[in-house]
This record gives sequence, C-alpha cells and structure tokens, in this order.
Amino acid sequence: MGNLLHRFILSLIVLGLVAVVVFVLVEALPGDAATAFLGQQATPEGLAQVRLRLGLDRPAHERFFEWAGGILRGDLGVSLMRDEPINDFLWTRLRNSLLLGLSAALVGFPLAIGLGVIAGLTRDRWPDLTLSTGSLIGMSMPDFVIATLLIYVFSVQLRWFPAVTLVNPDAPVLELLPNIVLPIATLTILLTAYILRIMRTGIIEVMRSDYIRVARMKGLHHVVILFRHALPNALLPTITVSALTVAWLIGNLVVIEAVFNYPGIGTLMLSAIQNRDLPLVQSIAIIMAVIYLTVNLTADLLTLALNPRLRVRG
Amino acid sequence: MTTTAVASRPIAAPETLHQPSHFPIWEVWLGLRRVPSGMVGLSIVIVHLLIALLSPFVAPYDPAAFDTSAVRAAPSAEHLFGTDKLGRDVFSCTLLGGRVALVVTIAATFLAMLWGGLVGITVGYLGGWADQIVMRLVDAVLAVPRLLVLLLLANIFGTGANVLIPALGFLSGLAVIRIARAATLDFVSRDFILAAYAIGARKRTIILRELLPNVVDLLLVEGALRWSWMLLTFSALSFLGFGVAPPTPDWGLMIANSRDVLMLAPWATFFPIFAISTLIVGVNLFAGALAKAIGLDRGGRAAG
Repeated sequence: MGNLLHRFILSLIVLGLVAVVVFVLVEALPGDAATAFLGQQATPEGLAQVRLRLGLDRPAHERFFEWAGGILRGDLGVSLMRDEPINDFLWTRLRNSLLLGLSAALVGFPLAIGLGVIAGLTRDRWPDLTLSTGSLIGMSMPDFVIATLLIYVFSVQLRWFPAVTLVNPDAPVLELLPNIVLPIATLTILLTAYILRIMRTGIIEVMRSDYIRVARMKGLHHVVILFRHALPNALLPTITVSALTVAWLIGNLVVIEAVFNYPGIGTLMLSAIQNRDLPLVQSIAIIMAVIYLTVNLTADLLTLALNPRLRVRG
Repeated sequence: MTTTAVASRPIAAPETLHQPSHFPIWEVWLGLRRVPSGMVGLSIVIVHLLIALLSPFVAPYDPAAFDTSAVRAAPSAEHLFGTDKLGRDVFSCTLLGGRVALVVTIAATFLAMLWGGLVGITVGYLGGWADQIVMRLVDAVLAVPRLLVLLLLANIFGTGANVLIPALGFLSGLAVIRIARAATLDFVSRDFILAAYAIGARKRTIILRELLPNVVDLLLVEGALRWSWMLLTFSALSFLGFGVAPPTPDWGLMIANSRDVLMLAPWATFFPIFAISTLIVGVNLFAGALAKAIGLDRGGRAAG
C-alpha cells in the first residue's frame, strides 16, 4: 500500500508539472492568446478587449496561479471561439469520447487477451502465425487508414453504418449508437493489435517457467494451469503496455474522431487548435493528462492486485 | 548508495575489467542476419528508400498536373494506378508521396536518439536530484498528448520540415530518455564503471566511452520503434492537413483528399494506403528482428 500511496503522490506532482508545462508552452508561443486568436484581422481595440478579458495585462506567474487555482475549483475559464464558459460544452464532448473509449476497451481487452493466449499457446503454428501477422498489419496501419478501410467496406459497400456522424454533440447516448460502431471498431482493432503481441509473449514466457513445469508434473489439469497459474503472471506486462496504449490512443482520438466527424473531445481539440483558442487548448491538454495519469495509476493498482508475490506477503 | 547496490547484487562470477566490443553495430548486424523476418523488413524499407530516391526520374507524370480529360480514370496502361478526382496521376503521386515523410522522420529519429540517448545516459549515471527532476519533467510532457503539441506547433509556426523535424525529434526523444536511462541503470554499478571511476576517469569519458557503447544496441531498437511511431504520427499530421503543403504529393494528404470519392475512385485511396502500410510493416518487422538479434525479445530468442 505504501508503494501505491507513493505512486499517487508522484502522479499529483507530475500533474502539477503538466500544468506548468502546458502554461509555459502557450506562453512561449510568439505573441499572446489575443494575437493568436484574432490573427490577421486584429484591430487594436479588439486586441485590447480580448487581453482585458483574459487578464493578459498581469504578470505571467499571477495568471498561472489564477488559472491553476481555477482548474482546482473546477473552473476551466472561457473559450474564445465559442464565447462561453468551457465547462458548458466540454463535458458532453468528453462523455462522447469516453463512450467510444470505454466501449472499445470493453471489447478490445478481452479480445486481445483471449487471442494473445491462443497465439502464445499455439506458438509458430498456424493460429499464432495468422494472429501475429494480423496484429503486425494492424500496428502498421495509421488509424485513419483503418477507419477509411472500415468505411469502404461497411458504409460504402455494405451500407450498414453511416460514414460520418450527423448528430448534435448533446444528443442522448441512444442516438449516438449507430454512429459509434465504426469508430469503436477502429479503436478496438488498434488496441487488439498492440496488446495481443504483449500477451502472446507473456504467455510464452510464463509457460516455459519452472513453476508451470512443476504444476504440470503435479498432474494439474491444463485448464487449471492456464487460468489459475499462468494467466495472472502473463497479464502483468500486458497491463503496463495496455496503459501506455490507452494513453497513446487518447491523443490519437483526434484522428479517429476527425475521420468520422464524431463530436468528441478530439474534434473539439482540433477546432480549438485551428481557431487558436488557447484557453480551450490548455483545458483539453490538462483533461487529457488527468486521464493519462489516471489510466497509469489504475494499471499500477491492477499490477499490485494481480502479482501473486505481493499477494502472498500482503 | 552505489556501494550497497553492488553488495546486494548477486554476482555469479567475478567480472573482469570490461572490454567494450569495438564494433557493437557490426555484432548487431551479424545477429540480425539470422532473423529472416528482419531481412524481409529491411528489404521492404530499402525498396521504399530506392523509390523515394529515384521517383523524380521515374515518375511518368508531373504529380501536380491535372488531366481534365481523365478525371477519376480507372487504372489503365496510360495511368497505371488511375487518376484522382482532379485528374492527377495516382502512380506518380504514390511514387513521390513518401519523400517528405521519409526525410522528416529519418532526420527526426536521429535527433531523438541523439538528444534522448545522451540525456538518458547522463541522468541515469548521475542519479540523485538531477535524475528525479528530469524524469518527472519527462513524465509531465509525456502526459500531454504529443499530437496536441504537434498540431499546435504546426498551426502556429506553419507546416514544413523546419518545424516538424525539431518538434518530432524533441517529443520522441522523451521516450528515448526513459529507455536510455533504464538501460544505463543496469550498468552504473557494474565493476567496470566503478573501476573507470576509481582510476579517475572524467564523467564525460565514462558516459561516452563506457556507458554509451553498452547501451547503443538498445538505442538502435528504440530508434527503429521511434521511426515507426514517427511515420504513423507524420501521416496523421498530414492527413489532418498539418504535414505537407498541398502541391507536394504525400500519402497522408492523398488519402485525406480522395476519401470523399472512395466509392467512385477507390484506387486513389488504396494505392497510398498500400504504400504507407507496407513501409511501416517493413520498419516494424525490422524493429522486431533487431530486438530479437540483441536478445531483447526473450520469447523469440529461445526459438532461434
């Protein structure tokens, strides 16, 4: 438990540093948030107005603490391009993205683990060769390519699902459902391609270890050996890699959501960047970092819970 | 700190003074030649590099020229891969479409390995506060999605190699720092490093002459993986319109532009998809074989 508390405190420190990094990144850009937003059409009056609203007349460190304090109180500030509080529209976008991410995780993780076990147990025979080749190809195709191919097959040829999302961001989950099948399938393919390989290696390593040999010699049934003895240990490296993969996919949601025109946090991020709405970009960066750190912390917790050595001692 | 680490280390045989191999890269190559999938991957990558080098002389059409009489023409003898919605020759565009991606990603990979490798080895060797501060900063920057930072920089500073090479190299180097540091930690308390320290070798000498040759093979594997990541990321940037300025042919851009005529002219999308996917398959096969060759991938080593 001490270890976990240590990790938790470390994550909080890193989160504080993330706030500093994001703030400094935006400060370091040429000009300020007002000139960035108004761009070519900037008039002195317009600039003064935006600067006043953002409080850009005050020194940077003061603004940092006010901004960071606001985030801690749950106040993300005001978006320039929407001219309304970020809190008013960001959370439905995040909900839509979480709907994608969690659905893909629910399908992808069991699928990847199951297929990885099959590949590991049938090493170098045809099920393994098929799965390993498939995962190599899945890893090697950019996410927008996978999405485009799925659209070609399921929207253009078969006409089963829409190619683009044409609903309001605030639409209830049920209305989003037919639209999310292909984005979820894209995410699931990516997740499975990455995690299957690690699971396969994990199973191969564990099945070769001495304690599995002992379990075999004891005459234990192979199903017992697999589920009771091999799987928990083989899962350990998989969990760490899964956390990294999930974190990477959060950043790449922007591509998948852009392909399907899905109203999630990724497309919001893209339009915030295109409109140079720096306050909104900062908020999205912080929220994505929180998700990233939470996923990593959860992975640590799971590793701790699954590790038989730690379990015996505890 | 270091002495306790040495004492608690179960050393099977007393280590002799370390002799770093003179040609670590040559040894990696000898190992690599024994992995068939790696040779396949390497061949694919070499073919891509040759196409990128020779395409300006080979491409039958100007990639920016429109042929209004043959818009969305199916593949034929005249246009091997057909034409896109503006009548551009897909074959010429596909041949030329990897050049910017290859130059940017290869340059950025070297940059990432150079700065990430040196910083990682240095903080791994120094340890203490320098290590803590650098690693927490690395954690913090890696927590922000790299695509967000890249898109922001590309939007503010403009697209192009002069922006993307340093940006990709910097961000990717952060992951290299982690790997190089972890690899260095395996060596810092070994006898040959302590011996070098004992005879009064300077820190810079220990880092460059003793530690670097020992972690360079791991850095090579990481470099290959970074390259594959960068190709994916660069293609995503150019797909979103932040990679290459339009008249220049680029696979990501071609896919983005031809997606809306997927039903009418699928060839305009499929050939760039095939090109970029084969290149990254090649790089990934090569990276996997490299890991096997230096004995990183234990699952594979038992087989060979």
